[in-house]
This record gives sequence, structure tokens and C-alpha cells, in this order.
Amino acid sequence: MWKFFHQWASPPHFYRLAKVLIPWLAVPGLLLIAYGTYAGLFLASPDYQQGDAFRIIYVHVPSAYLSMMAYVFMAVGGGIGLIWRLKLAHAVGAAAAPLGAAFTFLALLTGSIWGRPMWGTWWEWGDPRLTSELILLFLYFGYMALRSSIDDTAKADKASAVLALVGVINVVIVHFSVVWWSSLHQGQTLFKKGGPGMDADMLYPLLAMILGFTFVFGALLARRLRTEVLYRERRTRWVRELVLTPGGGR
Amino acid sequence: MSDSSQQQPGILAGLLAVTRRDLLLAWKRPGDVLNPLFFFAMVCTLFPLAVGPSPEQLTVSGPGVLWVAALLATLLSLNALFMGDHEDGSLDQLLVSPQPLPVLALGKTLSHWLISGFPLVLISPLLAMTYRMSTDVMGVLMLTLLLGTICLSLLGSIGAALTVGLHRGTALLSLLILPLAMPVLLLGANTVSLAAGNEVYATGIWALGAYVIAALSLAPFATAAALRISNE
Repeated sequence: MWKFFHQWASPPHFYRLAKVLIPWLAVPGLLLIAYGTYAGLFLASPDYQQGDAFRIIYVHVPSAYLSMMAYVFMAVGGGIGLIWRLKLAHAVGAAAAPLGAAFTFLALLTGSIWGRPMWGTWWEWGDPRLTSELILLFLYFGYMALRSSIDDTAKADKASAVLALVGVINVVIVHFSVVWWSSLHQGQTLFKKGGPGMDADMLYPLLAMILGFTFVFGALLARRLRTEVLYRERRTRWVRELVLTPGGGR
Repeated sequence: MSDSSQQQPGILAGLLAVTRRDLLLAWKRPGDVLNPLFFFAMVCTLFPLAVGPSPEQLTVSGPGVLWVAALLATLLSLNALFMGDHEDGSLDQLLVSPQPLPVLALGKTLSHWLISGFPLVLISPLLAMTYRMSTDVMGVLMLTLLLGTICLSLLGSIGAALTVGLHRGTALLSLLILPLAMPVLLLGANTVSLAAGNEVYATGIWALGAYVIAALSLAPFATAAALRISNE
């Protein structure tokens, strides 16, 4: 078990393994997204209240879920890096942050586009999820800013890991405080409490999209991690050998 | 009691020594203490000038403006928390001292609160008066600011420890701390608004109190870890 773990965590091994892993994540992911997009846009019946406008959830929900998932990746990676001093775990945080920020932005953008016909406005401060998602975006910006302003990689890794761990506790507090705050400012919530019952022809494309987005996220993360590992290990022998071998850089 | 324990001061003594030293330093340089207070007062003055002096509007926006101003003033003073010690080398002394670092960090945070947060609480009624806040609401404002500034000092100490010795420290510190501080602002300002509207506001006070307890027990450890990382 530990041997397996250590092999995984060794940069050259991970670099080779990730290369094998990427197509296995990317191809099923793209297929699932293709199915989800087609089924979501053409097969699912229009919502009786929202008409066709609800179809944006097929992008919105997976993005929102991944925006939080990526933050958990960052925090867990940072925690593992701090406790067991695994350099690869810190690299996960560095690779996941821009992806998480991108998905957070996508979730905000699609939420805002959905809000236009639903609420009649691009931005609704009264919605707790929109507000806490915005704060999450700011947390990502802070994390990336801290990382980029420390030149020493090892130091940047540890400092940003502490920030990610503090932030992950805070995300929970942000969520509950924003829910409390928005409950003060409007009588009823915009969404039904139990969540609407979903028909199968609406639900399956959504599940496919969530799974597909997760796979693609995994592929992108592995891709970014390979680059990150290569950059971090640029002074080591295996990278030099890799670059000097004809066709080995691929 | 063995010999070594007699020579070494206890944990509480270490905490108080750090706090006393920082308070003494602040006493010798009163400008550092007064600047954030002036800043606080000025931000509160800017708002009526920008939006107009109508009493209805000031009553509605008063709690929010006072709270945002307090948050910004605290942020302004945070940069100096470890900066001086980092520059003159006394931070290294704290790091190598036999006392547990989280306790020393808590001592520094405590002095920061006494220097910047507590005076804000004390002068807040004066500014609240200009926003036509009633005396009862002023009490709630002071209570929330009292709890809130403790949270802000503790949160801020983590950010200050992470950014100590960085060139772009000030702007970065704001970027790190503001999203973390948003729940505190939200709880504090809205509790005062509820009190001003004669509604039940106890939830906010309890939540802030819970935040203080959580921050008191967790933040010093994060600050200590961050200080060690920044000074490797």
C-alpha cells in the first residue's frame, strides 16, 4: 500500500502515469458531455414553469459543483502536503486553483444568464448561492495572488496550503451566514426547499453532465499537473534526460 | 518544582510579556494607534458627503457604513502587526523562544486588538450619533463591534503572518483577508440593522460570539504555522 503511494507521489512516475491516465479520463468525459448536451437540449421536455430557460442547469450545476470540488482538492492537497511533506500534493493545489476559479466564474456567469429571464435582472444580491459563489471566487483570487507573490516554490506551497485550509473552514461559515443574511432580506426563498422533483428525461442528462464534467476536470487537472511537475523538477536529471531524448518530451 | 521551570516563565507570563511590549511600543508611537481611528472617522464622514445628508437614508445605511469603515480601518492597521518585528529581528527571537509560538502569536494579536480594535469600539458611538442612531442601537453596535473586531484581529493575524516580508504585502493582505472577513461584516452590520428596525437580533450576537470562540481556538495555530513558513 505504502509502496504504491510512494510510487504515485514520485514525480517521474506520476508524470508517466498521468500521460496514460489523461485519455481514459478525457474520452469518457467528452462522450458523456456530448450525450448530456444533446439529451439536455433536445430530448428533455421543457419545464412547466421555466420553459426552455432551465436548460442552462446542464452547464450551471456541474460548474458550481466543480467550483467547490476544486477548492476541496486544494485544501486536501495542501493539508497532505503540510503533514506528509509530499511535494506532489502541493502541486495539486497549484494546478487546481485556476481550474476552480474558472469553474466558479462559469457557474456565476451561467447563474447570471439564468437569472435574467427568471428574476428580470442579471444579478440578484438576495440569492444566497450567487453571493457565496462570488465570495468563493474572491477566495480563489486570494489563493492565486499569494502563490504568485512568493518566489520560493516550497514557501509558496506551504503558505498557500495554510490559506486554503483556513479558507475551507471559512467557506462553510460564508455559506451559513449568507443564507441567514438573505433570509432577512426577502420573505420567501427563490427555490423550493425540498428541490423540485425531476423527470427522468431531465435528470439523466444532468447526471451525465456532472459525471462528464468531473472526468474532464480530472483530465485537465492531470494535464496541468504534468506541466507543473515538469516545471518544478526542471533542474533534476530525469527531466533533462526526458528533454534530451528524441521524442521523449512528449 | 524543578530548576528549569523556575527559570522559565509560564505560558501566561510569556503571553502577557509580548502583549505588554507591543502596548508599550504603541504608547511610544501614538501615531500608529491614531491613524486607523482617523481613517475610521473619515470614511464615516465620506459617506454622507457622497450620498447626501437625508436623515432617513443615514439611519438605514448607518450600521453598514460604520461596519465597513471599521473593517477597512482594522485592515489598514494589520500590515504593521508583524512588520516591525520582522524588520528589527525580534520576530526571529519569538520563533526561537521556548514558549509555544501560538501563545505568543495570540499575545501579539491581543495587543493588536487593544491598540486598533478596542479604540474603534470606544469611538463608534460618537460617529453613530451623527448617523442618528438611537442609544439602544448604539449599545448593540458597540457589542457587535467588540466581538467583530476580535474576530477581525484574529483572522487578520493569519493574513499578516502569511504576507510578512513580502513586497506587495499591503494589497495582498487585503485580498486575502477581505473574503475571509465577509461573514463577520455580514453578521455584525445586519445585527445592528435588525436592532435598529426593532426586530429580534440575538441570533447575530450569538453567531458572532461563536465566531470569536472558534477564531480564538483555531487562529493562533494558523498564525504560528504561517509565521514559521514565512520566516524559513
